[in-house]
Amino acid sequence: MGEVFDIELFRSALRLATPLALAAMGGILSERSGVVNIGLEGQMLMGAFVGWAAAVALGNGWLGVLCGMSAGALLGFLHALLTQRFRADHVVSGMAVNLFSSGLTVFLLRRFFEKPPGASGVPEWGLQWLQPVPLLGGLLSHQSPFVMLMLVLPFALHGLLYHTMWGLRVRAAGESARKSRLAGIQVVTTRYHCVMWSGALAALAGTYLSLSQLNVFTEGMSAGKGFIALAAVIFGRWTPLGATAAALGFGFLDALQQRLQGETLFGTRVPSEVLLSLPYLLTIIALAGLVGRSIPPEDLGKQEESE
Amino acid sequence: MRTAWRALLLPAAVFGVAVIVAAVVIALSGSPPLPALAAWWEGAVSAPGALPESLLNATPLLFTGLAVAVGLLAGQFNIGVEGQLLMGALASAWVGFAVSGLPAPLHIALALLAGALVGGIWGWIPGILKAWRGAHEVITTIMMNYIAIYLTQYLVTKVWKDPRSMSPQTPEALPSAWLPVLVEGTRLSVGLLLALATALVLWYLLRRTVWGYELRAVGANAEAARAAGVRVSRVIWGSMALSGAIGGLAGAVEVLGVHHRYYDQFSPGYGFDGIAVALLGNNHPLGAVLAAFVFGAMKNGAVYMQSVTVPAVPREITTVVQAVIIFFLAAVRFRRRAG
Repeated sequence: MGEVFDIELFRSALRLATPLALAAMGGILSERSGVVNIGLEGQMLMGAFVGWAAAVALGNGWLGVLCGMSAGALLGFLHALLTQRFRADHVVSGMAVNLFSSGLTVFLLRRFFEKPPGASGVPEWGLQWLQPVPLLGGLLSHQSPFVMLMLVLPFALHGLLYHTMWGLRVRAAGESARKSRLAGIQVVTTRYHCVMWSGALAALAGTYLSLSQLNVFTEGMSAGKGFIALAAVIFGRWTPLGATAAALGFGFLDALQQRLQGETLFGTRVPSEVLLSLPYLLTIIALAGLVGRSIPPEDLGKQEESE
Repeated sequence: MRTAWRALLLPAAVFGVAVIVAAVVIALSGSPPLPALAAWWEGAVSAPGALPESLLNATPLLFTGLAVAVGLLAGQFNIGVEGQLLMGALASAWVGFAVSGLPAPLHIALALLAGALVGGIWGWIPGILKAWRGAHEVITTIMMNYIAIYLTQYLVTKVWKDPRSMSPQTPEALPSAWLPVLVEGTRLSVGLLLALATALVLWYLLRRTVWGYELRAVGANAEAARAAGVRVSRVIWGSMALSGAIGGLAGAVEVLGVHHRYYDQFSPGYGFDGIAVALLGNNHPLGAVLAAFVFGAMKNGAVYMQSVTVPAVPREITTVVQAVIIFFLAAVRFRRRAG
């Protein structure tokens, strides 16, 4: 037991929660403005690929991150265009984003990279001065800047959503598009911004995978993390802090699963598949309202009546 | 005329646009597009042995397309066909290797039934959660997909793994559970006929029975259907269970007709391809037949194209084309109702 629950377990839980929490922030932005975004998975994958390819070409990890985020924003724009301008079904468009990304990234990878080269990634921050601090030093020194961002961004987004005019407009657009428009809010414009930032944040999470965790892109490397991020959004009841807490919980389960490979806990061998499927199972339970209902924004996924 | 346009001309036009997009992507990636497209066509239909292999590719797509279409007609977006397929495939593989001493027709029927039943249960769960608790089926079916992936992975690596094999796969099914080959010298089994029969039965069920009428009524307007006395919640979980059962059959036929066993990472995304098939086929069973053939041939032809083009055009171009088709259809036809 002592060997299982050590500081390294919590360090890796933080690392594994990072892509989930970052993408979940994107999910919240989009869904609070009223647009379902199940394309998080594809936006994450595209961000991972473009970020890595750009870092290889430009020789700079941070520039890679920027390019990856731009690609994600572009996919977000496509999703917003389809759902707002062409009134496409949000789920259908999101699925197409996922399909498009999984196809195009592998197509480009196979076509242009015989053997994927390593990219110059985003180096971790030493934060030597933190080291003497108990707990925090052990957890946060020598971690990726993405991990720090994951700890700061939810508070920033919380402030934006609940304490600014812009946040009020976003939430209004998601709760009632019709009333918002009557109140003079440009609902569609607000949604475009939110969905594009949503794609950029999901892609940011993707660049973490390919530029901080591995420094190389592998086929399908988002591996369902975008959908777990979606689960975190629901589990956290569409709030930044709640979703981050959920992401941290899911990250912990994943870290525990990796640690317990071949080990016993409380005298039994826990199959890794049990822990891996827990986030999905818990989300179903949350949606079924068995542990307090998770209620989405009122107008989520609904189409505005055109006049 | 207007319905004819919607049913046939529009998908054809969208498909034409998708081919142009494919040509542009191929050209942008630095390969000459025309020889690539020619090779694609050749590999899909005109090369020797291409046609049966295209039909083989189309078979699971027809099943999953029908599964998605049944859900959509009832207003339920079943994104969980992938998981239902995996569960059904493993169940029928288990019947295939663990049950012995049955005559072939009985063994096959039992294995198919197991696949449909387990897939049906996997679809029923999100259906009943929606009907009873209002849990949105899109999210729950996505979650059920991952639970299916991990559950089948556990079973195939730790419980039902073939002891004589290094890789995570079940023992081979007994020959009495194999679907007979349809065309001598090819891999094409009677699974294709089962898929076509399923399309026909569905067409009858949806167009000629009260149940089918109620299902479509709920899909068109759940509130109006409720006011007219349709038991909406029963239609919701019923349609999801039927959708899941067809998804399970897709897996069962892949196991019994092609691979004769279940292995880890069994499906290359057939369940998601089903969404494209249902959309291109306009949620119509017979439209799905056409759409499944188009996508099946496209997938098969792309493998050939990849092998003969220099530099090789990766076969994942089919996924890109599929996505483009969905984007277009989503924009021009599959619009969300105001509400």
